[in-house]
Amino acid sequence: MDREKRNHLIRIAAAIAVVYGVILILEFTLRPTSILFTVLRKGAIYSLVAVSMNLLNGFTGLFSLGQAGFMLIGAYTYAILTMPVSVKQSERVYKYYECIVGFDTGSLIGLIAAGLMAAFFAFLIGLPVLRLKSDYLAIATLGFAEIVRAIFQWDVLGPLTNGANLLREYKDLTRIYLPFTDIPFPPTLFVFIVAGVCILLIVLLINSSYGRAFKAIRDDETAAEAMGINLFRHKELSFVISSFFAGISGALLAMFQYTVQAQQFKTMMTYEILLIVVIGGIGSISGSCIASFLYIALSEWWLRGLDMGEFLGIAAPDLFRSGFRRLVFSVIIMVIVLFFSKGLMGDKELSYEHLKQKLSSLRKKRRASA
Amino acid sequence: MFEIKGLSVNYGGIEAVRDISFSVEEGSIVTLIGANGAGKSTTLRTIAGLVKPRSGKITFMGEDITGKDPAFIVGKGITLVPEGRRIFPDLTVYENLRIGAYLRKDRIDDDIEWVFSLFPRLRERSWQYGGTLSGGEQQMLAVGRALMSRPKLMMMDEPSLGLAPLVVRDIFSIIRTIRDKGVTILLVEQNANMALQTADMAYVMETGSITLSGKGRDLIADDSVRKAYLGK
Repeated sequence: MDREKRNHLIRIAAAIAVVYGVILILEFTLRPTSILFTVLRKGAIYSLVAVSMNLLNGFTGLFSLGQAGFMLIGAYTYAILTMPVSVKQSERVYKYYECIVGFDTGSLIGLIAAGLMAAFFAFLIGLPVLRLKSDYLAIATLGFAEIVRAIFQWDVLGPLTNGANLLREYKDLTRIYLPFTDIPFPPTLFVFIVAGVCILLIVLLINSSYGRAFKAIRDDETAAEAMGINLFRHKELSFVISSFFAGISGALLAMFQYTVQAQQFKTMMTYEILLIVVIGGIGSISGSCIASFLYIALSEWWLRGLDMGEFLGIAAPDLFRSGFRRLVFSVIIMVIVLFFSKGLMGDKELSYEHLKQKLSSLRKKRRASA
Repeated sequence: MFEIKGLSVNYGGIEAVRDISFSVEEGSIVTLIGANGAGKSTTLRTIAGLVKPRSGKITFMGEDITGKDPAFIVGKGITLVPEGRRIFPDLTVYENLRIGAYLRKDRIDDDIEWVFSLFPRLRERSWQYGGTLSGGEQQMLAVGRALMSRPKLMMMDEPSLGLAPLVVRDIFSIIRTIRDKGVTILLVEQNANMALQTADMAYVMETGSITLSGKGRDLIADDSVRKAYLGK
């Protein structure tokens, strides 16, 4: 048993090392504007936020729809903190307001602060909201995210948030460097490292005794309570941790986009993440990651031609017009939901054994049909 | 070791338990029998801290535990095997057992070993999900899970519900084994016959009050009990 477990861990570590090695090689061979980098970066960011949502929805059984709100808090915290003082005082960004933040921080501190700020708001909102159940919790968290979006665009907060205007020139992916040098850090690798470490922390949490308690609450609240698990405290813990990582992914998104504006963090964004979680499989970490890369690759890359007049070598400018991509995309999602009703992975994790099983069952099927 | 005085509980808008008093001796099996809706389950849930009482006092080992949190009460050594088993279906058998010891900080390997020796079936199925077990196995798991908190008093709510007669006999023999290991047992049952045969002391509940009490064997012989609960 122990040897099996060790082999399993070694295989996982090897797979992860290969992924990071490939990313590093790509960084030095592909042109930096390649679409592949966009997909990889955004996919990694969405993986993190999808896994954080899965922690809440899939492992603790709390149906929350506040993810975009916590990402917004994280993105703004990061942008405001890491924007150099000189930029803050010039009129390049804060055109209509005097910025009241008189200092700036490094990107690592900015990322952690982004998570902490989102976690702090989650703690406060969690106190009343987590006493609600199922749909009511979803409605309350959705409302919270909308309120956050409105407040961050509020005129009165302009000296802090720049009102409804863009924030930019903070430490985005082109402005990060290897520690103690001025050599630029490979940007895609940076996103992968941050997202990877965060996801690893979530996996460790899920496999700890806290994670077991979360799953027990998901399965049966009354029984969990009878075992001496404090329901409210554990729900709050899960909510705060999930929001912490949503905040960090918001900060990463801000780094990835070079500019950030409250307007973009709409409910639609939360639905996108929910869709990724559902497609990947509720309760599967690897499912969430696979689904988010697939989702981003489809929407940003593979289906692009459907909007541009030419797709898979077929030129049909009358049919493949702006908006056609969304239509095809919706059909694909419907097909996935119809044929994989528990998502791509169900509640299982991707593993060597899992792949082996899938392959042998495929082979059997082929033999049976032949 | 355990005493309830003048306990009244409102549940779901009605007075489910009215001014009941009883006590449990250490090392004994005590049963509460009665019809559906008599307030037996509510009594257990109140002791476990899942429901707050309106009035009355619950003392355990000389300490007042009235209205305390479930976590505190489990920590004191009282555990509940809930009605309908309520095991965690998407956790493995092993994980279910570990959840039972959630509040304990010490080593639990010996206790898991003990539970597996009581229920060899659970050892065979330790990596299976709880939801895939049969009804009888789930009841074993529920009992095993409760034992993992190292209780001094184990409360069981309808352990025979929905189980085949042979399985019920097994469960009751396990209950006696557990008692012999020094765990005091408070049992709620509709299967009055089995419960009375097993119990040292029995209380009969009717619409929220205790109407009769005595040794288990004596109540089996009691005419009114025979008519009302044993169908004889």
